[in-house]
Amino acid sequence: MGAAPRKAAEPNQKLVDARLLQEFRAICGDSGLITSQEELKTYECDGLTNFRVLPQAVLLPGSTEQVQAIVRVCHRERIPFVARGSGTGLSGGALPVKDGVVISLARMNRILEVDLLNAQVVVEPGVFNLEVTERVASHGFFYAPDPSSQSVCSIGGNVAENSGGAHCLKYGFTTTHVLGLEVVLPDGSLAHMGGRTLDTPGYDLTGVFVGSEGTLGIATKITLRIVKRPECVQTLLAAFGSTSEAGVSVSDIIAAGMLPAAIEMMDNLAIEAAEAAVHANYPDCGGLLLVELDGPTAEVEALMQQVDEICRRCGAGEIRVAQTEAERAVVWKGRKSAFAAVGRISPNYIVQDGVIPRTALPRIMTEIERLSTQAGIRVANVFHAGDGNLHPLVLYDRRIEGQEHAAEALANRILELCIEAGGSITGEHGVGEEKKMMMSKMYAEPDLETMHRVRCAFDPEQISNPTKVFPRTRLCGEKPGEYRPHPLETAGIAERF
Amino acid sequence: MAPSRSASAAVTGIPAPWDDLRAIAGAEHLRVAGLGDDVAGVQPQMILEPGSETELAAALRCADGTGLSVLPRGGGTKTGWGNPPVRADLVLSTARLNRVIEHAWADLTVSVEAGCTIQKLQNVLAENGQHIAVDPLWPELATVGGVLSTNDSGTLRIRYGALRDLLIGVTIALPDGTLASSGGKVVKNVAGYDLPKLVIGALGTLGVITRANFRLHPLPRNVRSFTFAARGLDDANRMMLAIQDSRLAHTGLQARFAGRVAPAVDVRFEGTDAGLAAQEKALRKLAAPAIVTATSDAVWQARQELWSSADSAAIGKFSVLQASVAKTCDRINHLADSQGVRWSAVVQGTGLGWLRAEASTASAIHQVLQSLRPEIEQLGGSFLVLHRPAVMPAIDAWGNSGDAFPLMLSVKRQFDPRGALNPGRFIGGI
Repeated sequence: MGAAPRKAAEPNQKLVDARLLQEFRAICGDSGLITSQEELKTYECDGLTNFRVLPQAVLLPGSTEQVQAIVRVCHRERIPFVARGSGTGLSGGALPVKDGVVISLARMNRILEVDLLNAQVVVEPGVFNLEVTERVASHGFFYAPDPSSQSVCSIGGNVAENSGGAHCLKYGFTTTHVLGLEVVLPDGSLAHMGGRTLDTPGYDLTGVFVGSEGTLGIATKITLRIVKRPECVQTLLAAFGSTSEAGVSVSDIIAAGMLPAAIEMMDNLAIEAAEAAVHANYPDCGGLLLVELDGPTAEVEALMQQVDEICRRCGAGEIRVAQTEAERAVVWKGRKSAFAAVGRISPNYIVQDGVIPRTALPRIMTEIERLSTQAGIRVANVFHAGDGNLHPLVLYDRRIEGQEHAAEALANRILELCIEAGGSITGEHGVGEEKKMMMSKMYAEPDLETMHRVRCAFDPEQISNPTKVFPRTRLCGEKPGEYRPHPLETAGIAERF
Repeated sequence: MAPSRSASAAVTGIPAPWDDLRAIAGAEHLRVAGLGDDVAGVQPQMILEPGSETELAAALRCADGTGLSVLPRGGGTKTGWGNPPVRADLVLSTARLNRVIEHAWADLTVSVEAGCTIQKLQNVLAENGQHIAVDPLWPELATVGGVLSTNDSGTLRIRYGALRDLLIGVTIALPDGTLASSGGKVVKNVAGYDLPKLVIGALGTLGVITRANFRLHPLPRNVRSFTFAARGLDDANRMMLAIQDSRLAHTGLQARFAGRVAPAVDVRFEGTDAGLAAQEKALRKLAAPAIVTATSDAVWQARQELWSSADSAAIGKFSVLQASVAKTCDRINHLADSQGVRWSAVVQGTGLGWLRAEASTASAIHQVLQSLRPEIEQLGGSFLVLHRPAVMPAIDAWGNSGDAFPLMLSVKRQFDPRGALNPGRFIGGI
């Protein structure tokens, strides 16, 4: 390990040479090092499949000590590294860096401790999101953040992206549920942030690490809060003539002083796709609203009656309430499969993720419709309506000349609309590689410069996922990612928003 | 309060920029610090009250450039928290930055200036049936910026989360004059680093908060509070765990301890009449054989009451696992008894507790606090000293931050390289 650090690589000199590979092999063992071109291809992209970069090597450490040893070598040699969980991210956050290595946390997949008395679970980063709930469900607990990829996405990846899900309207995001972290910093040292108890003294480093998209180090141990399952859950499905009508009822529900566990909306095109894919038996309508209430039974029943009345008053045609787990599962299946389902009605499409203040919804919908007509590009809309998180699906056919370009332009324009409305360029998918150029449209230079100070405090050499989140230049536009279903989705193993 | 002493920035040899500060904020808004302006017992030189965030940023830059130390202040209710500053030149008050900028009630968000008091803000929000789901100490005086900087949320936290879960955007002024915003006005937003979380509880050592955006909640339709007596420390802890483990949707859960007196457990519910009736019934069943009685909402003031007539008392905040509350209180009891110290505490179901210790000799209180911290840290918790009698020997307010401290120092140096903001008041001498 005593090799002298190199200053800079010559143009054709590889940063990761045979000597270093040998060093990595000594750390992770033969089975923990991937270098063959064939195998490296598995890691060339994440869920945003149109960005692809082959890394120099992929390392599969099995312990915190191994992660530290790898990162120390990277730090000494100034080799950029990208941490990777399950690779289901949708913004290219786990896209490799050409001269760097990928550190996969897939082998660190143990649930280390379950403390029901204090409602906490300690996990390694490679544990799948849903595994946490599965482990504690028989005791009446669940892990609240529920991205649709939850059966395969990792907790480490959720921490990096601050993942949300349909139920974060009431329960909050990943950051709400992470109590403490063990982190390998970009110089290989170890830091413990937060802990098992609340308000640990000092700066809330846990708060800034969650959602930093792998740019501040690698979480190797995560303490999660788990939540007691509510006594009663009911899901209402209401069919409206348009998304605007559905939108009015959302406003009325909020104005009536209710905080549902989830409020979701789909437009006609999205309904059509979901029906084609999973036969959710949704009513054929212009705007479908899905409202989920949970809590003590008497409370839920009283409020659900009011939701029902509000929806009828706002013009809902058909209203159904799913009461059993099985009925709820069918309702949610259609919603959660909407992204992949769009593949049934369009050969290519872009999944966009933007946020607007909820009240701007009718105006932005009208504008998206206008832009869609103008460009001759169809847009299917799926929303987390309660918190204004839009997922427009921009449909195109790359075989038709000019359509791909027009679709990308439209997808970008939608994000600009979100910014103009006082919203955000991403509600849950992250900035990653895809939207880094948009950051300078959302934030002013002093804002970005201030965020960059945090980066410098954690990673002065900028070797931890170095090319993500921050824009390199402010001059050019960027290429939004086309959506291609992940092989796991196609196989029906995973779903995602 | 400790006898005030004066500490100034004379080390730089640069003349103090009072004229420049007058030019920035107007001569009438710069005054000599007087009685009651001390910060943790240290007397500052001057008080500046800028009228806008750009004035505040310019003043901060001017002060930092000339080597002045700057002590941000909101309502001044918690200036005794933290360690005494090692230098105290200029108090930067947000008193004039007190506007509610925008209450987007239909979006359940608000944008507010840092110097607005919590009570004023809640009054404005209540006009549209909403509130920020926090109940911090002294809301009529405490400001948004001060409450954020000291991370003081309250009893609603158990249901609605802490300030970190409610703050969705923040603007801060840095010592070099940069005004930086992060987060935004929407509840869901993962673009860029979460700086709002970084400044919560940072005691103004990274920047001065000038404005904040919060997510809001509807005001509850009905609120009912209940109380029952526990048979002892263990029983109180057991009952709190049982309520936490139940399917009740309580919005408040605390236990009040006072030496060897039987602890009281308080529970609060919010919601529809039907929901409340069902929850009350479930609580009575859960707590039996203890008799549950309806009580006034004033019971939730218990934490604030720890501060009444506290001149000869010390007050600290501890954080332990919710299952370790009885063990913690048992240790407090033991240590207090051995020193002849009277104690009382209010502990929330989350494991956060506030302890008041008083005795005729301050050294006895000091002894209890000194011994208590390592014991709580051994249980995996932490113990902050918030208030101490004037004559008590010095004690570090913060305790141990573990192996993350070098990183905290590194963050501080990036934001405030010259150490202008609240020097020495934060953890580890930051």
